[in-house]
Amino acid sequence: MSGLWRTVRGIMREPLGAVGLTLVTLVVLSAVFASALTSYAPSKISPAERFASPSLLHLLGTDHLGRDLLTRVLYGGRVALLIALGATAVSLVLGVVLGLIAGYGPRWLDNVLLLIFDAVKSFPTVMLALTLVTLFGPSLYAVVLVVMLVNVPGYARIIRTQTLVLKSAEHVMAARSMGASAGRILRVHILPNIIGPILILISMDIPVVVAIEAGMSFLGLGVRPPTPSWGAILNDGFANIRDSYWIVIAGGLPIVLTTLGFTFFGETLRDLFDPRLKGRS
Amino acid sequence: MIRYALKRLWLGAIIISVAMMMMFAMVYLIPGDPASVALGPRATPEMMEALRVRMGLDQPVWRQFLHFYGSVLRGDLGTEVLSNRPVLDVVIEQLPFTLALVVGGITWSVALGIPLGCIAAVRRGGFVDQVIGVLSVAMIAVPSFVVAIYSLLVFAVALQWLPAIGAGEPGDLTSRLQHLILPSLAVGLGWIGYISRIVRASMLETLEASHIRTARAFGLTENRIVYTYALRIAVLPTITLLGVGIGHMLSSSVFAEIVFARPGIGKLVYEAISVRNYPIVSGAVLVTTVFFVLVNVAADILVGVLDPRVRSSFN
Repeated sequence: MSGLWRTVRGIMREPLGAVGLTLVTLVVLSAVFASALTSYAPSKISPAERFASPSLLHLLGTDHLGRDLLTRVLYGGRVALLIALGATAVSLVLGVVLGLIAGYGPRWLDNVLLLIFDAVKSFPTVMLALTLVTLFGPSLYAVVLVVMLVNVPGYARIIRTQTLVLKSAEHVMAARSMGASAGRILRVHILPNIIGPILILISMDIPVVVAIEAGMSFLGLGVRPPTPSWGAILNDGFANIRDSYWIVIAGGLPIVLTTLGFTFFGETLRDLFDPRLKGRS
Repeated sequence: MIRYALKRLWLGAIIISVAMMMMFAMVYLIPGDPASVALGPRATPEMMEALRVRMGLDQPVWRQFLHFYGSVLRGDLGTEVLSNRPVLDVVIEQLPFTLALVVGGITWSVALGIPLGCIAAVRRGGFVDQVIGVLSVAMIAVPSFVVAIYSLLVFAVALQWLPAIGAGEPGDLTSRLQHLILPSLAVGLGWIGYISRIVRASMLETLEASHIRTARAFGLTENRIVYTYALRIAVLPTITLLGVGIGHMLSSSVFAEIVFARPGIGKLVYEAISVRNYPIVSGAVLVTTVFFVLVNVAADILVGVLDPRVRSSFN
């Protein structure tokens, strides 16, 4: 616990880190306590209050169906964070498994996997998303699938490189000479040593995932209406941008704050734990 | 050098063919019969059968696959289901609009990113450096579609300084450029941040080099050293970065094209999806992917030409 406290203090000492951590905390808390922070329901349609500009009654105004935008933004945070965390976790597991196989397995398998990673990475992200949605239809799972295809090759490559380095490290050699199985070596002697750096990289990838979800939902390819999503709010606002500017502002602001918050947070975390990576873009 | 270039090209070719394989697999896995999708619910069984034969759907998988490969190599990406035009023609027609957008994005990012990176490196550790640092991170973090919509709101709807819709009058260069400013800013903004960061880092490294120290010893002004001698070397990593950047800009251009109602590949694919026009989707994605891989290969070869160290590390 004291280690965690020291990390938090270290982050708060950097101005950028303080802003980042504050924003992240704010976003997480507002998503968790969404139902307590507003008295409206996120998908309750109220035709009488269509296109109401921001007021004390509706702090961010209402959309084309009279739904309270603040409420939709708060609940949209749940969708964004759940997808960001869920999809990242799945990508991490898959990336680690593939990376360990590529790094520790036979040479030919390594080559095949590398080729596949490179090929997947050679699709421009949005094009890939569009193709997948054409095939499987828009849904939350399509978003997760796109996130995985975007993230897994990168994670697997890093894990692979680290595994290759550790493969000939003395403690791994020693374990092997004592007859430890490949599974045990990977689990006990290699994985714990490579998981730290990758967790820092992942904290910097959260904004990318938030952007993918919001972007796909903006195009109508992600979360289905009436589920509130920041991207979907942006899309509602975009259709009415000339008359009701507050809708796009309400949809874009949380995306900006979240991506900035997580990026600032991740950068500070990285500088704190791994100064070698500093200035790497 | 030629060996390095050939090796890089070969790798690019392999990546493209694996990407094609995935493309084929995805199209093959489509739930539902492409022929019935193309013809709609009111098609007679005879019409369906005729189209299935024409599309080669009655053949075994491996033959379909070989056929797909062969036709792509011959430049035949199939015909569009709705208008019966060759897919390649439709895609090529839209390509210049998207390329203009990407070139515009590169222009923004290079024109602002390189000077910002140099200033930050010269003022290393100072207030200006920190401000540029935070700005760069912020530009990288904010998604391009938010930039597109907000810039549309501010500069086109509220201030009305720039046009909001379309690509401009054909033949009228001023109008075309005016229509390009906002969308290409949305596409390039993040890369201003990336480039300024990488130029700053490589400039700091270059300023330590011995030939720069010699220049200093000769009493050249700091500005002259930075902008004439050091920049030439410090700018090299941007080339590789832009190789990757073009792929991302192709992605962002989808949003920019939709938000600003511009023609282009992104809009083409987006509209093809809503009517389930598969040949257009797969054809356009294939063209973009090949383009992206080739750009990366070209960037790598260019860096290899400019920097012999890269060449040797590859072998």
